[in-house]
Amino acid sequence: MHYKRPKADVVIVGLGWAGSTMAEELTRAGLNVVAIERGAWRDTSTSFPTTRNPDELSGSIRKDILQAPVTETYTVRNRPGETALPLRKYHNLTLGNNVGGAGTHWAGASWRWQSFDHQPYSRVMERYGAKQLVDGLILQDWGVTYNDLEPFYDRFEKIAGTSGTAGVINGVKHPGGNPFEDSRTSPYPTPALERTRANILFSEATTRMGYSPFPVPSAMIGGPYTNALGINLAPCTYCGYCQLYGCGNWSKSSPNICILPVLMQRPNFTVVTESEVVRINTTPDKKMATGITFVDSDGNIGEQPADIVITATFTLDNTRLLLLSGISTPYDVNTGQGVVGRAFTFQTLSWAFMFFENEYLNPFMNTGALATQIDDFNGDNFDHTGLGFIGGAGIQSLCNQGLPIGMSGLVPEGSPRWGKGWKKAFQKSYQNYAQIQGQGTNFAHREQFMDLDPTYKDRFGQPLLRITYDYNENDRRSGRFIRDKCVEIAKEMGAREVKGVSLADDPYSGYTPWDSSHVQGGVVMGEDPRTSVQNRYQQNWDVPNLFVIGASSFPNNAGYNPTVAVGATTLWTAKAIKELYLKNPGPLVRL
Amino acid sequence: MRRRDALKVGLVLLATSTLASIYKPAYSKTLVGGSGAWKAQPPPPLSVVDSSRLVYLTQDEAKLVGTVFDVLIPPDELGMGATEAGCVTFLDHQLAGPFGSAAKDYKMGPVVEGTPQQGPQSIATPAEIYRKGLAELNTVTRKKFDKAFPDLTEDQKVAFLEGMEAGTIQFETVKAKDFFTLLLQNVREGYLADPMYGGNRDMVGWKLVGFPGAVYDYRDWIVSKRGQKIDVQPVSLLRTT
Repeated sequence: MHYKRPKADVVIVGLGWAGSTMAEELTRAGLNVVAIERGAWRDTSTSFPTTRNPDELSGSIRKDILQAPVTETYTVRNRPGETALPLRKYHNLTLGNNVGGAGTHWAGASWRWQSFDHQPYSRVMERYGAKQLVDGLILQDWGVTYNDLEPFYDRFEKIAGTSGTAGVINGVKHPGGNPFEDSRTSPYPTPALERTRANILFSEATTRMGYSPFPVPSAMIGGPYTNALGINLAPCTYCGYCQLYGCGNWSKSSPNICILPVLMQRPNFTVVTESEVVRINTTPDKKMATGITFVDSDGNIGEQPADIVITATFTLDNTRLLLLSGISTPYDVNTGQGVVGRAFTFQTLSWAFMFFENEYLNPFMNTGALATQIDDFNGDNFDHTGLGFIGGAGIQSLCNQGLPIGMSGLVPEGSPRWGKGWKKAFQKSYQNYAQIQGQGTNFAHREQFMDLDPTYKDRFGQPLLRITYDYNENDRRSGRFIRDKCVEIAKEMGAREVKGVSLADDPYSGYTPWDSSHVQGGVVMGEDPRTSVQNRYQQNWDVPNLFVIGASSFPNNAGYNPTVAVGATTLWTAKAIKELYLKNPGPLVRL
Repeated sequence: MRRRDALKVGLVLLATSTLASIYKPAYSKTLVGGSGAWKAQPPPPLSVVDSSRLVYLTQDEAKLVGTVFDVLIPPDELGMGATEAGCVTFLDHQLAGPFGSAAKDYKMGPVVEGTPQQGPQSIATPAEIYRKGLAELNTVTRKKFDKAFPDLTEDQKVAFLEGMEAGTIQFETVKAKDFFTLLLQNVREGYLADPMYGGNRDMVGWKLVGFPGAVYDYRDWIVSKRGQKIDVQPVSLLRTT
């Protein structure tokens, strides 16, 4: 059956962090907003009770909370000319599958990105010049700066209840925080969490080495807090069932606890669940969006007309929706022309894996983002002259895993993997394993992009998205540089055994252990329609009533996690819609 | 958008509600703000698996896989072996469920092998791999040693499994190396997952490493027990011993 819902002022595709943040802003402004979400409704108390949540098998092993490949997957190849093949099993991109999106099960690292990350092109040109860029690198400014975004970073932290120790407030440095952060107008809403033994060993070692350790800001609430929307959040309990789990404790910021309880009180908000959007509809001349088409769980095809269309799905799906809908020009790797699918980035990870001798690290007491970091080698916080790359990494002692199945393979190299020898080795390594992660920047390249797969289809017969990706020379160089720093710190911490790896040394795979779930770009914002899909307000250059929000707008990845930057840019765009677009519908940037 | 459209919210909402009641599909739900009608479906109650009967494996398969499991996690002074800990019961129930049928995998064709980094392309399910792999295990050992796997000496069993792990021993119906990976993954899961799934009897796996189990609050220990040995009596979600 086909049906048409009544026209809304705004339709939002996807109700994760970006969609729910946007919906809260626009419903508060009086607009009638309808959200269409592929996943099912979830309540914190009903769906993630603390009496059933602590279960590793259904959580991080079977990954019940994630969107399954059978629902939608992606094809991957390392370079143009290869045949892309589908990711058939659960892979490293941990996709949301419910109201709340990936914001329900995320690890919770809650970073403001640095001013460098928003203007990498200008900063690199100013300090080093074009000679610093490897061949084929794509580097461009966002059209929006840290200073533009600061009030929105501030607001989002106050919605999320972010915990942390501020390093720079109104230009004044504060001890214990990150001395490299751009100036904030207020401290973190809640205090940083307690540190683990591994965190403290890292702090002591990096301090001796002359670096500046600080607690990683996190979604794990540092104390009782009433957020900006009047919702009470609770302190984190360090239970360790965090990444790939919902939090039934009201202590990990998520759309489900921070926004939806307020949003669902508003009569001008509607969410249609378990319905997948398959098209953005436009006028025949593709000059205006008219709404979206979705398929509900009974296979009925529904249409939701709206004056404004906002897509707020995962990076890859935002890109795919534009390609499926024929909006804006797809990127062509042969000519370098076109914009949709261009400037795709991942994350460059390096690690030092450590085994101590006689520690009791008690790894089960953790959170998804219980980490102590140094930023001395992140972004452009150090001089890159002669290094042959740009960017760097946040280097952190990350205590995010203590669940035994996940740790059962973590025994020193050369130890038995099974038999009596394994039991003995595992018993010891469980209490003596620690890790340092270098979470690195990642820059776009001419040959890294997304388009529609020519062969593989989804359950509705639509082409899957195809990812063409391998690390570029910049990322390989920065990865090795950071790996060596991780190893030096691990040795200073007194580990008996240290193994360093740079994941960029091997070809990209969606299944590499220890790899990231962060992907950015494809629908990037920018200053020039030849190199961006959207203007600085995340408004489509060609279709002025279409806004695509999320990390798909970011033309580069920082040495940070992307969520809070997604929140800030969403709030920035919400303000532009409310204060500029509604008064004068049309392009907000005229060239 | 015209300003007056934004002011017609009340009218639009009324129409939305009416339509929603007409076109209400089975799972898809239209949840209207302020209506209070957005309670989530509670998940089904947890239950302990029934270990009194097999649900997927045959008796012979269960016995055989238990012999393999006990080589991978043998009984010793650190705790009971895999079979005694219930790992075969665990596996049997896993194979009968969505894990066994690879219900969440993308299985559409064409199915072709790619580069190693493109990941597994086979659409064989764990249930199928166990059925074929276990059948062939004895066939291969009979050819090689003239004995079924359980009748080999302990050293022969270890050497045989090492050969599967290293890829030097090959099967015809399944990839022996992949089968080994699955066996090792599942026996570890059975030994270390919550006992309600049938394995980890008496929380033997958790006691091995000092993992407290289904505990949801460590605020009292995060500082007071930092870096210290904790004598833990683990707890399961459902099992009381």
